[in-house]
Amino acid sequence: MLAFINSLPGAVAQGLIWGLMAIGVYITYKVLDIADLTVDGSICTGAVVFSVALIAGVPAPVAMIFAFLAGVAAGFVTGIFHTLLGIPAILSGILTQLILWSVNLKVLGKANVAIPSRTFSVIITQLNIPVSLLVLAGFTAVIALVLYWFFGTELGCSIRATGNNQNMSRAQGINTSFIKVLGLMLSNGIVALSGALLCQYQGFTDINMGRGAIVIGLAAVIIGGAIVSKLSRNFLVQLLSCSIGGIVYYVVYQLVIALGFDTDLLKMLSAVVVAVFLSIPYFKKTYFSKVKLNKNAENDDVELKENDETIAEEVKENE
Amino acid sequence: MSDINDIVSSAEVSRDAAALVLDGVTKVFNPGTINEKIALSDLSLTIRDGEFVTVIGGNGAGKSTMLNAIAGVFKPDGGKIIIGGVDVTKRSEYKRAKYLGRVFQDPLLGTASNMMIEENLAIAYRRGKPRGLKWGLTKKDRELFREQLAYFDLGLENRLSAKVGLLSGGQRQAITLIMATLNKPKLLLLDEHTAALDPKTAKKVLSLTDKIVEENNLTTLMITHNMSDAIKHGNRLIMMNEGRIVYDVKGEEKKNLTVKDLLEKFENSSIELSDKMLLS
Repeated sequence: MLAFINSLPGAVAQGLIWGLMAIGVYITYKVLDIADLTVDGSICTGAVVFSVALIAGVPAPVAMIFAFLAGVAAGFVTGIFHTLLGIPAILSGILTQLILWSVNLKVLGKANVAIPSRTFSVIITQLNIPVSLLVLAGFTAVIALVLYWFFGTELGCSIRATGNNQNMSRAQGINTSFIKVLGLMLSNGIVALSGALLCQYQGFTDINMGRGAIVIGLAAVIIGGAIVSKLSRNFLVQLLSCSIGGIVYYVVYQLVIALGFDTDLLKMLSAVVVAVFLSIPYFKKTYFSKVKLNKNAENDDVELKENDETIAEEVKENE
Repeated sequence: MSDINDIVSSAEVSRDAAALVLDGVTKVFNPGTINEKIALSDLSLTIRDGEFVTVIGGNGAGKSTMLNAIAGVFKPDGGKIIIGGVDVTKRSEYKRAKYLGRVFQDPLLGTASNMMIEENLAIAYRRGKPRGLKWGLTKKDRELFREQLAYFDLGLENRLSAKVGLLSGGQRQAITLIMATLNKPKLLLLDEHTAALDPKTAKKVLSLTDKIVEENNLTTLMITHNMSDAIKHGNRLIMMNEGRIVYDVKGEEKKNLTVKDLLEKFENSSIELSDKMLLS
């Protein structure tokens, strides 16, 4: 139990890092209505680009901008696959993810690289959790506020409209292909940024660090969404809910470990949890709406009757 | 038919005054397969500014295909589409939106259900303008939307921040109508926009349509399967069959038209009527 309590600050820090990643996932999955699997690759790309730049002597904040831009580029590739080449979004993401695997390996030069906080000046590290927590909280707040502003602008509104109804968006003069590419770029930029934070926090970059990232991101989005859904529909709250979801995910993760659960099975557990949550809306619709369906059927009858009557009226009028 | 051809051949001169010119537009779906279907067959039509044209025709006559061709949902196989003097034949759907207001048959298609009424209106208000990093919904916009909604008496002026998904089909069509006309379009395209509504609501939406069209002096193309609606509304009526126009009437002649006349026309041109049309 003590071990669990001791692990809590670290869990919160990790939750905040993955919460930022989840904000990226939120943009594609919730706002644009695209399941983008690029993130498994772009989170690692962020870490790789950051590490290589840092080792080359670039200051950490600048290296993070590089990481962000690398993520933006990854999102651009997926966007082009999807819009210009007409490849389904999921497949586009998987293709880019595979491309990124090679790119990451080439850029990093080997499977993993250490960036210890003793040697490099990084902005967060698990060796100093209190400061890291402060930095991460500030970081999350700034990103969330910038996104809140952005999605309130004309351009941001078009992204939301495109995710909601492409047909309407095109009819209102929105270039939905451009908007999708833009959304994917923004999302993957943020995901890469979280990768840059993650490698600083853990002190190394590993070529495998993105595996299954989408599942963690989705879990954070879903858990966070469930927690705040009753509280507020405000967009800022929705964005911050991703971080809350990330924190809850990692606290539960630590709890499960503290309870002696086989850590080899944790990824499976995450996947099962996400599968269950994703299936809830479908279950509700399919198995709990019988009453509603019957009601609709009755309404249809009434409407038909009304229809007949008006037809009769009209025929009379015309005669 | 000869009338229409005359109008088209003299169109070179009068194109500036025409809101829409379709010049020999052709569209074939599934070419070269057993499902090949000539949806539009050398279709020519000129609509002058201020005309309110109702379109009738049987199933598969090409009414919706014509509207979609104008809107740019697909590119025609041949012919030209000119809106307000601008050749838009090669322009994509979103680029043509600048000139067009559109309302669809399905009330779900015209609005973003997860967004607020005012957000939907704000997006429509910026149709045809570049969308940048300015605030997407200003106080001034909100005032204007409230006024508009109050003016058309929809009872929605105090529900600006309600999600559109909460509204009924009729309310959504009314909102879509206002969205289509908030920025005065060169041409308003109505694709059986009351067909999915119950008769009472359909009537309301139609009278709202008349009001909006009249007040903004809009050039309008309205598809309907209801012959008496086609006669009652607008100042010109065209009948389509097999991807072309078979009957075109306006002015006094249109005013004096009866459903019986139309049915005769249908019989004379041996057009297969759909059940939907016979019933309505």
